[in-house]
Amino acid sequence: MSTPQHSAVRSRSASGDTPAIEFVGVNKNYLSHGETVPAVKRTDLAIGQGEFFSLLGPSGCGKTTTMRMIAGFEEPTAGQVLLDGKDVTGVAANKRDVNMVFQSYALFPHLNTYQNVAFGLERKKVAKNEIGRRVGEILEIVSLTGMEKRAPREMSGGQQQRVALARALVNRPRALLLDEPLGALDLKLRQQMQIELKRIQREVGITFVYVTHDQGEALTMSDRIAVMNAGVIEQLGSPREIYERPATRFVAGFIGTSNLVDGHVERVEGGLALISYTTQDRVVVPVGPSVRTGDKLEVSIRPEKIDLHRGVPPVTATGGSVLSGTVTEVVYHGTSTNYTVSTAAGADFTVFDQNASNADDLADRGDRVYLTWAPQHSYMIGV
Amino acid sequence: MTTTMQRPSPETVEQAAKIKPRRRITGPGLLHTWTWLIIAWLVLPIVVMIAFGFNDTPGRYNQTWVGFTFKWYGRLFEYPDLTNALITSIVIAIVASLLSGALGTGIGYALGRYRFRGSGSLNLIMFATMSSPELIMGASLLSLFVSAGAGLGPVTITIAHVMFSISFVAVVVRARVMTLDRSIEEAAADLGAGPWTTFWKVTFPIILPAIFSGVLLAFALSIDDFIVTAFTAGTTKTFPLWIWGATRVGIPPQVNVMGTLIFAVGVFFALVANIRSSSKSKRD
Repeated sequence: MSTPQHSAVRSRSASGDTPAIEFVGVNKNYLSHGETVPAVKRTDLAIGQGEFFSLLGPSGCGKTTTMRMIAGFEEPTAGQVLLDGKDVTGVAANKRDVNMVFQSYALFPHLNTYQNVAFGLERKKVAKNEIGRRVGEILEIVSLTGMEKRAPREMSGGQQQRVALARALVNRPRALLLDEPLGALDLKLRQQMQIELKRIQREVGITFVYVTHDQGEALTMSDRIAVMNAGVIEQLGSPREIYERPATRFVAGFIGTSNLVDGHVERVEGGLALISYTTQDRVVVPVGPSVRTGDKLEVSIRPEKIDLHRGVPPVTATGGSVLSGTVTEVVYHGTSTNYTVSTAAGADFTVFDQNASNADDLADRGDRVYLTWAPQHSYMIGV
Repeated sequence: MTTTMQRPSPETVEQAAKIKPRRRITGPGLLHTWTWLIIAWLVLPIVVMIAFGFNDTPGRYNQTWVGFTFKWYGRLFEYPDLTNALITSIVIAIVASLLSGALGTGIGYALGRYRFRGSGSLNLIMFATMSSPELIMGASLLSLFVSAGAGLGPVTITIAHVMFSISFVAVVVRARVMTLDRSIEEAAADLGAGPWTTFWKVTFPIILPAIFSGVLLAFALSIDDFIVTAFTAGTTKTFPLWIWGATRVGIPPQVNVMGTLIFAVGVFFALVANIRSSSKSKRD
């Protein structure tokens, strides 16, 4: 597993203004039954101004701990947390200029919508009429105008979600932290809120840090994603980078579906390495200059990049990878058909085939098929 | 599949009518009787107390029904000693319930929110004071006050009452705090509230109903306490102590009237709490 790539992590913040949030060598350990359990291992991170940044990973990967260190609910065991270039390590949560949307919304049950949203401004001793103006403004942005007098329990989950959002945003924080905010909503509402959140973020222009375990959510909403596993950022990049070029086996497996094959390099030619399994079964993968003949490589291929042929593939495809195999499973999905193919490379492949026109062209279970894909769709991952 | 609906035959309709939910041996009849028996058992003594407050008895003896009258309500404060005892009891109950409300809230909050050195033993001690016999508690309080040289009177009674009712408040508040979403307090901090503001603006209003019922419980425990009070009162007469003293010379109907009024206040608070919680759950 690769260590965080410090240079890559910082590349974006180097472009001028100070990052909104910065982690410098942050470590966080918990004490549990006398044992030190690392929650976040040595992490460097820079989140840019106005960025929609997601922390993505399975539960227990350290994403929530990372967010809570930004909010000030947890203090790092070592390292520094910077907000707008200022070291806030050790500064209490109520003195930090960031606001959080909690997974449970954590609305004040004894206050109505208006009072909930006004809470932060009242703490800052903002003038009464100014509070009224700003609360009205933000309620309009989250489409809750007219709900001022409602108590939280009188509102639906989606509406409570918006109150929580408004309550945080009204303070115009340096950054908004969202802890799995859509987790409690049903699918339809969740998709609606994803679009809504993105719109609100564009409108207010505040940095959003979004914690989620839902890769689809992270891919659709984020400018950049940090994929975390076991307290380490495995990869940091744009949704496209992370999806197309997963840096580690974990990322390849966690984001979407990946086919993974490994094998020894037979020869390297023009930046392409060739791995052969039989005389006709081969994988071609673009590699760096350090790769030599005989090296063991792990290659990831996305299921939708693969073409499935029922006969011997045409000559045009032979420049890339070819694997023969037998269909073991066919699942029809309407827009696409998913095949599971046991291949000569030893691994079972998943293939998504668009149901474009020739629906009668479907392969059946037990059919002999050939899988082909262009060289650039093979991706070498760090082993 | 056919789209026409099958008309039910007369026989099936008849059959359906015959199938009734089978009445079990514990069916409505028996259950109702049992329920009313229990209610009667609980309510009868109170009904007798209230009824004899309206008894047109000639003297201080109020044991046989003579006739209906309102006159005892008019002559409620005829015995200055009784009136004073009642006032003493009410004052002690108010002070004791407020004090144990404040202290019990602190303990209950700490126990519900944090684990700290001694929290386990504190829990144990609370349940010990709730379950220990009042006679033992009273006797040991008496020797404690005497050996400390404290003059027995309203102050020692109040201290004793706070001592045994504090656990009840703490237990009620602790239960509420334990079900309180931690992130609500974090949200307050996140929005710029310090610990003090967070407690008074957020935590306190949310747990207030629990504190309120704890205080009511403490009030009820204090106003009718006899055993512990008897040990710690010295020459002070509280309402229960006065009644006990009066049993030999006859309990006047005024006692029934006062009891009725105290009961009415209790019922009032119970109703208010009931209506509030039911209207809340209707909206949920």
